[in-house]
Amino acid sequence: MQHLLSVENISVAFDGGTGESVPVDDVSFHVDAGETLCIVGESGCGKSVTVLSVMGLLGKGGHVTAGRALFEGRDLLAMTDAELDNVRGNRLTMIFQDALSSLNPVLTIGSQVTESILAHMPVSRAEAEIRAEKLLTRVGLPDAQRVMRKYPHTLSGGMRQRVMIALALCCSPRLLIADEPTTALDVTIQAQIMRLLKELQQEYHMALVLITHDMGLVAEMADRVLVMYAGQVVEEADVHTLFRSPAHPYTRALLQSVPSIHDTQDRRLASIRGTVPELYQSIEGCRFFNRCEMARPECAQQPQTLEPAPGGSSARCWVVTQVPEMILEAAPHAE
Amino acid sequence: MQNDTPQPPLEPDGAQTLLSVRGLIKQYPIRRGWFPRTVATVHAVDGVDFDLHRGETLGLVGESGCGKTTVGRQIVGLETPTAGEILYHGQPLPERLRGGERGDRTRLQMVFQDTFASLNPRKRIGDILGDPLLYHRLATRKTVWPEVHRLLDLVGLPANAAQRYPHEFSGGQRQRVGLARALSLKPDLIVCDEPVSALDVSIQAQILNLIRDLQHELQLTYLFIGHGLAAVHYVSDRIAVMYLGKIVEIAPSSDLFFAPQHPYTQALCDAAPVPDPEERKRDRIVLSGEIPSNLQPPAGCRFHTRCPYATELCKTVEPALIAHVPEDPGHMTACHHAQRWITKKGALQA
Repeated sequence: MQHLLSVENISVAFDGGTGESVPVDDVSFHVDAGETLCIVGESGCGKSVTVLSVMGLLGKGGHVTAGRALFEGRDLLAMTDAELDNVRGNRLTMIFQDALSSLNPVLTIGSQVTESILAHMPVSRAEAEIRAEKLLTRVGLPDAQRVMRKYPHTLSGGMRQRVMIALALCCSPRLLIADEPTTALDVTIQAQIMRLLKELQQEYHMALVLITHDMGLVAEMADRVLVMYAGQVVEEADVHTLFRSPAHPYTRALLQSVPSIHDTQDRRLASIRGTVPELYQSIEGCRFFNRCEMARPECAQQPQTLEPAPGGSSARCWVVTQVPEMILEAAPHAE
Repeated sequence: MQNDTPQPPLEPDGAQTLLSVRGLIKQYPIRRGWFPRTVATVHAVDGVDFDLHRGETLGLVGESGCGKTTVGRQIVGLETPTAGEILYHGQPLPERLRGGERGDRTRLQMVFQDTFASLNPRKRIGDILGDPLLYHRLATRKTVWPEVHRLLDLVGLPANAAQRYPHEFSGGQRQRVGLARALSLKPDLIVCDEPVSALDVSIQAQILNLIRDLQHELQLTYLFIGHGLAAVHYVSDRIAVMYLGKIVEIAPSSDLFFAPQHPYTQALCDAAPVPDPEERKRDRIVLSGEIPSNLQPPAGCRFHTRCPYATELCKTVEPALIAHVPEDPGHMTACHHAQRWITKKGALQA
C-alpha cells in the first residue's frame, strides 16, 4: 500500500558561523491515511525541523541535504514553489505552537479564513464567507459571526488555536501536522483542543502528525510513535508497544521520568543524567552514550542503526537488539 | 500519608505554623484617560487563607490567571497586598526593608520560572550567589568563596561554575543556580514559582528530585506553584487548587487526586494526560468554555459558568471553603454540592 506521507532518509543542514550543523540526520517515517503519528522528543532533538523541512518551511540557512518526502506519491522536496503552494494549505496543512504569531495581526479573523479558502477553492467571496463561518462554528468558537470581525490579539490562546485549526481545515486536508499545538495552553483548554482534533480527524478522515514532548499526550492520541533524540529517530513503535515494552534506553528513561497524578509519593522519579550533547553530529557512535545507563565501551565507537527490538518496536541501540541477555531485560513487561 | 518527611505534630495553638496567610487580596486598578481614573479592577487574588507548616510543601495549582503566582509574590514581598495579612511565626512581616535591617524577609526566598530573566546576565554565577551574602553581612570577601562553592555543590554544579556567566548554562543548570541563590541566605521558606515548567522532561525530573532532596537535607518549607498537576503532586504534601483568585479546594495531596471534592479539581485531574494508552477510554469531564475574566468575576460560585453540575444556588450564593467530612478536617472544599461528590466517590471505591 502506498503511504500518505513517506519521508525517506531525510537530512537537514543549517549554515552557522562556525560551520554546518545537522539538526536532522537520516530520518525516515511514514504516515498512513487517517492515522495519528506522534513525534516525541526534547527541545532541540530535531522534531520540528523534520516536519518544517517536509513542509518546505526551513527558511534561510536551512536546507535539505538528502532524502525524499513523498506525499500522495509526489516528492514535496522536488516541487517548484507554485506546485508546493497547491499542496500546502490544501491537502497538507500545519498548525504551530504559537498561534498569535502565526496569524496576521492586522487582518480580521474572518478575512484570514476567507482568504485561505479563496486561495485554494473555486468559490465566490460570499460562498467563502459562509464556509468560513461554518468552519469557525465547527471548531467550537461561540458566535462565529462576531469572531470573524475580531482581530487575533483580542482572542484568548485557546480561541486562537481554534482559529488556526479552522484555517488548516479550509480545504479538507488529508494530513494535518500539529507542532506542539497545546504547549502554551492550560490543561483544561488542552483537553478541549485535543478532543476537537480527534473529532475532526474522524470527520475528515485525515491523518495527524502530532509533535509533542508530553508522554501523556502521546499515550492519549497516538497510533504510532517516533521517539527522536539528537537529530535521529531512536525508536519507532505502535503506542501500546512503546508504553508496554519500550526498547531504547532513552525511551525507557523518558517514560520513567514522567510524574503521574496516580503515583504514590514514595516513588522516586528516574532522571536522565547530564544533558543532550552539543554538536552531536560529530559523534561517531551512539549519541545517547554519555547519558545511558546501559552504555558499554563499544557504544562510543559503533554508529547505531534502527533494528527490530524484541518487544516489537524498532530501536537504534545494538545492546537491546543484539545482546541476548539484554533482550530478556529489554522487555520487562512483556509476558 | 505516604510521605517520608516526618510531619511535626501540630499543636493546637499552631506552634509549628511557619507562615499564615489571612484574607489575602490583591487588586490591580486599570486606569485610563487624560486624567487617569480607575475604570476597572483586576481581582487577581480575592481572599486567600492558608497555613504553611514547618517542613511541609504546599502545592498551589490552577490555570494561568488564577492568581497563584501573585500569592507567591506577595509572600516574598514582591507585591504589596491590597488587604489581608501574611504572618511569619505569627508576626506580620515588615512592609519595606530599610538599609542594614533585613529582618525576617531574608528567610523567605523565591525561585522563578524563567531562569534566563531571573539571573543577571552580566554577573558571574559566583557573584550572583555571593553578593547576597556580602550584602547581608553573612560573609566577608574572604569567606564568601568557600560558601559559594558549598552552595554550588549542594545543587550539583561543579565549583568552576562560579567563574562562568548564566548564558553558558543550560536551562536545567540555570534553575540549579536559581535554587542555590535562594538557598544562600539560609531561608526557612522557598516559594517555587513553576520552577520546572520551562524545562525538558528529562531535566524536570532532575530538578524535582533536587528540590525534594534539598528539603530533606535542610528542613525547608516550600510553597510550590505550578500548573502541571503531576509535578506538583510529586513534591507536595498538601495541595491547594485555585480558581479565579480563590482557593476552591485544599487537601493532602494523595486525597486530592484520589477523592477530589470540587468539580473543578475533578476536571483538572481528568484533563491531565495520563502516560498510559490503556487509560484512554476512561470517563472524563472536559470543561466547556474558558476561564472568565477576573475584571468581573461571576457572582456566586466563580466556577458556576463552567461547572457541569451548577444549580440556581451556585449562581447566587458563594460557597465557603469548609471541611465536609468531619473526620477529615484537613480536606476543605468550596462547593455547595461537595457532599454529593464525597458519597459518589465513596461508592466508587467500595
